[in-house]
Amino acid sequence: MSDALIQTFRAALPAGPDHVSLRWMDKRETLLTVRDDVVQAPVLAHDVGVMVTVHENGGLGYAATADLSASGLRAAIERARQWAKAVGAVSVIDTRTLTMPAPKGEWRGPMTTSWDALALSERLDRLKRACAAAGGRDNISMREASVLSSVTETLYLTSAGGEVRQSAVAMTPEIEVFTLKDGHSQRRTLGGLRGASRQGGAEILDAFAFEETAVRIRDEALQLLDAPDCPTGEMDIILAPDQMMLQIHESIGHPIELDRILGDERNYAGTSFVTMDMFGSYQYGSEVLNVSFAPDEPGEFAGYGWDDDGTKGERVLLIENGLLKRPLGGAISQARAGINGVANSRASSWNRPPIDRMANLNVEPGDTSLDALIGGVERGIYMQTNLSWSIDDSRNKFQFGCEFGREIVDGELRGVVKNPNYRGISASFWRNLATVGDRSTYEVLGTPYCGKGEPNQVIGVGHASPACHFTNISVFGGEA
Amino acid sequence: MNQQSFGVLVDHVANALPAGIGFTLNASGEQSDFVRFNHAKVRQPGTVQQGDAALRLIDGKRHTTAQLTLSGNAETDKARLSESIATVLALLSQVPEDPHLLLSEEVCPTFQSTPTDIPSAESVVDAVCEEGQGTDLVGIYAGGTLWRAFANHHGQRNWFDSGSLLLDYSLVHSADKAVKSSIGGTSWDRAELTSSVAVAKQQLVALDQPSRTVEPGSYRAWLAPAAVAELLELMSMDGFSERAHQMGASCLQRLASGEVSLDSRVRLTEDTVGGLGPAFQSAGFVKPDQVVLVADGKLAGKLVSPRSSAEYGVVANGASARETPSSLVMAPGDLPTEEALAALGTGIWVSNLWYLNYSDRNSARVTGMTRFATFWVEDGKLVAPLSVMRFDASLIKLFGNDLEAIGAETAFLPSASTYGSRSTDSIRVPGMLVKALPFTL
Repeated sequence: MSDALIQTFRAALPAGPDHVSLRWMDKRETLLTVRDDVVQAPVLAHDVGVMVTVHENGGLGYAATADLSASGLRAAIERARQWAKAVGAVSVIDTRTLTMPAPKGEWRGPMTTSWDALALSERLDRLKRACAAAGGRDNISMREASVLSSVTETLYLTSAGGEVRQSAVAMTPEIEVFTLKDGHSQRRTLGGLRGASRQGGAEILDAFAFEETAVRIRDEALQLLDAPDCPTGEMDIILAPDQMMLQIHESIGHPIELDRILGDERNYAGTSFVTMDMFGSYQYGSEVLNVSFAPDEPGEFAGYGWDDDGTKGERVLLIENGLLKRPLGGAISQARAGINGVANSRASSWNRPPIDRMANLNVEPGDTSLDALIGGVERGIYMQTNLSWSIDDSRNKFQFGCEFGREIVDGELRGVVKNPNYRGISASFWRNLATVGDRSTYEVLGTPYCGKGEPNQVIGVGHASPACHFTNISVFGGEA
Repeated sequence: MNQQSFGVLVDHVANALPAGIGFTLNASGEQSDFVRFNHAKVRQPGTVQQGDAALRLIDGKRHTTAQLTLSGNAETDKARLSESIATVLALLSQVPEDPHLLLSEEVCPTFQSTPTDIPSAESVVDAVCEEGQGTDLVGIYAGGTLWRAFANHHGQRNWFDSGSLLLDYSLVHSADKAVKSSIGGTSWDRAELTSSVAVAKQQLVALDQPSRTVEPGSYRAWLAPAAVAELLELMSMDGFSERAHQMGASCLQRLASGEVSLDSRVRLTEDTVGGLGPAFQSAGFVKPDQVVLVADGKLAGKLVSPRSSAEYGVVANGASARETPSSLVMAPGDLPTEEALAALGTGIWVSNLWYLNYSDRNSARVTGMTRFATFWVEDGKLVAPLSVMRFDASLIKLFGNDLEAIGAETAFLPSASTYGSRSTDSIRVPGMLVKALPFTL
């Protein structure tokens, strides 16, 4: 298909535009689910289409179509041209000032054992075992084991000869247990909002010890039923990696997206408390905070070789020793803002244009073990797995809740607490980062669900982090 | 795609299947223009032509679904459907029987086609840029045609098509202060844009005053319809779902048990006939015109999907698999909007809420932010815009003991969601005067 598409694209290229690109995406997904020991009907999805982008007359236009015939492609190019020419005089940026990349190359994500190549019965058996392992006790109102697997092939072509092929295999395993007692329910999962997503195959289930983890999730969901509410007050917290991913995402990732800072998102996802003058001078967090943009992190969910505007993906430290250095901004945003960014221009699918997104955004590990982190807390809560998230449109005032909490008293883990919540302000929260866990506490995680953009786009992101210790945080539980 | 071309695909599927294999074919598509604005200029304009189908093959109690992209070219799409059929047939015998499969056995054909008058998107761009001159306008125009269709092996055929447009925009005053508006429908009215932008410009003046910050605590508040819609949309995520109630995971669990009640004036209805979407769901069940969800402050009904029906022995009522409303209506009260400021007296005027989520789902306790134009009000007069504040409140209290009055007029708010495709959801709600909105940060 892709060779024929290349020929069709080259043949259909009109004279006139400054830049024409084509992004073809072919994505196959399989969702397998076992709920309460009942196999749910498998869902197989195959999505394929192209996005054409044209720069002409100072304007930009795009057209997306699932009609991959020569006439369909020509029609898409023509529609994108019409748009570019129509808006040149009222465009946010004069595209004649842009030099778009014309990359050549190939990138393939990692995979050891293909999950999709296994017999359906073998795949379902693993899910059945995990679902069964999550049961066998009273007060369980629902238990579910599922795997969403995908294979995504993309081809990026430009009128200047650019040609990039990329391929990624990914898995999103999930285990979810609801418990119910006296009208009170609790939820415990493997990854919160499908937060255990990674690139790779069946080996990912092994990495998460899928069946054994189901037992732990069940037991913890049951413990929560009888646990007291999280105490209220100002205290220390240790956030496990599966809560750190949400904390990084909402209060570092989104605020430093360059398109938000440029105002594109103010009608929907919001603006940012970060302003252009802060890059290079603003102390975002304490000196132990180091944040990387890492499209090359092995197995992380949003890894790639080039972004969707053809910029080569390279690892960059965005925050170093707490100092904010660079935004998350792709080629066009960089040109608009006059500042260096990263290769993060990404589209959720063939039917949406690329915008500035997080990809793999990670907190770099420190040198403190989890035991030592806990040992450094006089009074606090160890919180695991995101449950609830809310943050203002400047990405400043936030309130986050977790599935599972453990009290810490005098440097020791104590009893389980339910409904652990905390709130704070991004601009000050990261300055309260006291200690960063070492690589033994570091986990590579990711989620398919980051929403943003007009038209709306939901896209996968990766976040890897160690456990981290924050001081003097406002903590509270649920309604008594 | 039109009804006839969909019929060609349906016939292709029916003819391609071996004897004894049933099917459902649920499809949708759109031809949409999207134009993104920033600073009253164009950021990204484009056109999306897309379609998709979910083909489920059924062998007794075994079934499997293949989702595929439709190109709009009949021969290509027939070939893709054939490929999907081959893939699913190869798997079907390996899939265990599904005890919770419920199929629509009764043939209920429907046809809905709304005549529309959608302008060229380029003319909308010209108008928006012209009206937005001198302002910091940011937002999205989404317009075009869309369709939904269903067919099954019993011969049921359902068709829905519509054209619609929505300009969802904000006039930004500074930083996070803005007036948010939208206009839309099934036709374009240039004068409506002029009027909308003029009203928004007038409202911007109120944001000229320096922002005021209030201390955390509880305040009387008028929640404008858009803010009430945010609260109800969170409530709707699991509040009316039969499945969530069966699992004990609904935020309205205590309402269902009778442990708590809402104000007796609160009435909520899933009003399919008053909404914008199709009257059938993805498995071919036809929706009733209305399902009353809350009446006299008590849970009066739930949304039951075919699957929940089979699993829990409850009668299905045309709900989607997610069991969330598509066209929720909250009945109006008796407080005229023009009297809302006076009735508020001293407190907070909340135009929009944002980013709601649960603090404690069991007690329907939610948190979220004020957004855009929120004002401090004294003696019935807007005094100053308010810096964004975080609230943490119980839905049971806001719609219960803390509810002082319900607005006499409702606002019809089409969904601006374009995740994957343009939504046909909507909500119709009044404003609400509440005695206490607890701010925490």
